[in-house]
Amino acid sequence: MTPEGMPEKGAVVRLEKVSFSYGEAPLVFDVAFPAAKITAIMGPSGSGKSTLLNLVAGFERPISGRVLIGETDVSAEPPSARPVSMVFQENNLFAHLTVEQNAGLGRSPSLRLTEGDRAAVADALARTGLAGKEKRLPRELSGGERQRVALARVLVRDRPVLLLDEPFASLGPALRDDMLDLVAAVHAERRMTVLFVTHQPEDAERIAEHVVFLDNGAVAATGTADEFFAGAGPDVFRRYIGANTGGAVSRDIARKRT
Amino acid sequence: MRTSYPADPRVTAGIVALAAIGVLIGGAFTGLILEGIHDLSGAWAAFDPYLLRVVRFTLWQAALSMLLSVVPALFVARALSRHPRFFGRAFILQLFAVPLALPAIVAALGILALYGRAGYFAGLFSAAGGEGWPGIYGLSGILVAHVFFNLPLSVRLFVEALRTIPDDQWRLASQLGIGAGPAFRLIEWPTLRAALPGIAGLVFMLCITSFTIVLILGGGPAATTLEVGIYQALRFDFDPARAVMLTLLQIALTFTVVLALTRLGANIVGDTNLPVAQRRHLSVTSIETWLNAVLILLALLFVVGPMAATVTAGLGADLGRLSGETAVRQATLTSVGLAFLSAVLSVMLSVALTMARRALAVNRRAGPRTMLEYATDTGAGFVLVVPPIVVGAGWFLLLRHAGDAFAIAPIMVVTVNAVMAMPFALRAVRPAYDAASERHERLCAQLGISGWNRFILVDWPSLRRPLATAFAFAMALSLGDLGVIALFGSDSVRTLPYLILARMGSYRTQDAAGLALLLGFVCLALVLMADRLGKGRSHDA
Repeated sequence: MTPEGMPEKGAVVRLEKVSFSYGEAPLVFDVAFPAAKITAIMGPSGSGKSTLLNLVAGFERPISGRVLIGETDVSAEPPSARPVSMVFQENNLFAHLTVEQNAGLGRSPSLRLTEGDRAAVADALARTGLAGKEKRLPRELSGGERQRVALARVLVRDRPVLLLDEPFASLGPALRDDMLDLVAAVHAERRMTVLFVTHQPEDAERIAEHVVFLDNGAVAATGTADEFFAGAGPDVFRRYIGANTGGAVSRDIARKRT
Repeated sequence: MRTSYPADPRVTAGIVALAAIGVLIGGAFTGLILEGIHDLSGAWAAFDPYLLRVVRFTLWQAALSMLLSVVPALFVARALSRHPRFFGRAFILQLFAVPLALPAIVAALGILALYGRAGYFAGLFSAAGGEGWPGIYGLSGILVAHVFFNLPLSVRLFVEALRTIPDDQWRLASQLGIGAGPAFRLIEWPTLRAALPGIAGLVFMLCITSFTIVLILGGGPAATTLEVGIYQALRFDFDPARAVMLTLLQIALTFTVVLALTRLGANIVGDTNLPVAQRRHLSVTSIETWLNAVLILLALLFVVGPMAATVTAGLGADLGRLSGETAVRQATLTSVGLAFLSAVLSVMLSVALTMARRALAVNRRAGPRTMLEYATDTGAGFVLVVPPIVVGAGWFLLLRHAGDAFAIAPIMVVTVNAVMAMPFALRAVRPAYDAASERHERLCAQLGISGWNRFILVDWPSLRRPLATAFAFAMALSLGDLGVIALFGSDSVRTLPYLILARMGSYRTQDAAGLALLLGFVCLALVLMADRLGKGRSHDA
């Protein structure tokens, strides 16, 4: 399943003057995400966070510019050929397939699994805390468990880049922390490059080493998480944090189009 | 410049389906045009006062049928929605769905059995009128039949529209003490008015293209519509030039109406889903309750009458002898076989179009729709503009020179009925597929699940039920159809509706009634099955 020339663990993800438009104001991204690090992507609603992930994943195609993963230009590659896994906020699972099958799809899109594949699936499910739930259907799982299955599939799929599009936004705070720790554990083991879109500064602070801040369809600031959260971040970021604490944050999430 | 990915097989499937539909309809038009060029003077000669009278009658009966169906339906629907919970309400709404499932020929026979010259009411009407009851033929018969079909349909559509009023508005209304009159004006009427053009347009369209009703109940040249005119020109007068002229007029007429309808935002494919009762906060006075009860009861009697007459008249026939007849057995087998094939084809067409449309829409993102996407979307519904009898007529004329036109009767019946049922099948399949795709599209793209593998693994589980619904509905439509078969039917290829028509023609009314009961029963069973299958919720995560 591994595409030719796929770089080893943790490839740099670069967007070179990538422009894109939904028919309104164009978005232009020119940014690089360091290899094998977790980078939080933050910014107000409509700033283009999800679009950026979609461009990397291949769900959207740039009007101009290049998307590079490692040294490979993937701009023309279909999503399944890119060395990328993605976890969405919801609909990560096929409702009529069992936990095991959903995870197994990470190995074979036709679910033709070898013994080795099955072992890998069982191992991934055990490590994401889903042992004993292999035969369940998604509707028999809690919201957090469903996202665990998605993470198990990420493990099984084993690609050097992981895209997280607000995957835990609909979970409660304690559960969210558990899931973040799981992501951190997966990252520690596999050292993949993680792009993590989130609205919650504390989530970013918990696991991210770098921060990319978007505003109005462009990168407004980049830096290390330490700088950003020590109050040394750029003005736009401080305004965003300031204007979005407490009630404002949850309102922003409620309005978020999913 | 956007880079593009390899072609999606779903789009290819859609193109094949469109091409097949194009050949069917294109071939018919070729036949018509060749015939018209061949005999230009004849075509012009057909443009006589009689033709104008036919056009006028077509429009006139459709307008009257529409008024008589839609206006009462407004009030019956309102009455039903004012009482969201009473014993038998769900049953009434179920009953109101039955006419939609009944083949037109069955309903026409039911109406004759009730109001005809020898009908159950004949004695009563004769006594009241003082002289012999002539039976309802002509305009009155057509109107009664059209209202029988379209009043319940309109009621259901209006009830559905009223159901979209948020419950909060009703809570507010009862808190503020808003009475029935102001509530109608302030809350119900705005909703009904928004739904009105669409529903009225749908009914008008159905009445303008109605064939069987007019053929059986029209009873003569004074009450002939364009569709029946085409049939008569080909089957009886053998005047192809006139048939061509009538066909062109019919297409122009339906096209104008549909264009006007789409402007009004109407959906030209009727719905079969049942509205579900919900908790409502209403304060209804006892006088209003009585008025509503009377209104609902009257509508109920009007709808139940012909159905009951179908059953009693059918049971009056010698069913034992009928079921033993070779002709009946053969017609039944032919009907079931052709309807089955037709339904298979219809479902395949609708799945291909649904998938292609979705794939195109997903790949397009924000850009404008292409012609192809339009064709798989709204375009597919436009086949209803082309009356089946016209498609049949075109091929009939085209193949007349090539040999025995009657020989292709089975192919014509299967394909035309499949295409005519396709828009309805689309409506069952598309929402399910689109919803599933909404959830799965990115996941499939990401994991590389595509083609046949995707159909089996991802699409099939969510499409199984809607496909069964579409299949049963398409089969019922095809089973009861008396359009193409009226044109192509012969002693060697007879379906049940054709046999019923033949028995009526030879004044064996009892036989016809018995067969109608059988046909009605089978169609109803199929549609009920479709409804049941459609309502079962498939897996939701």
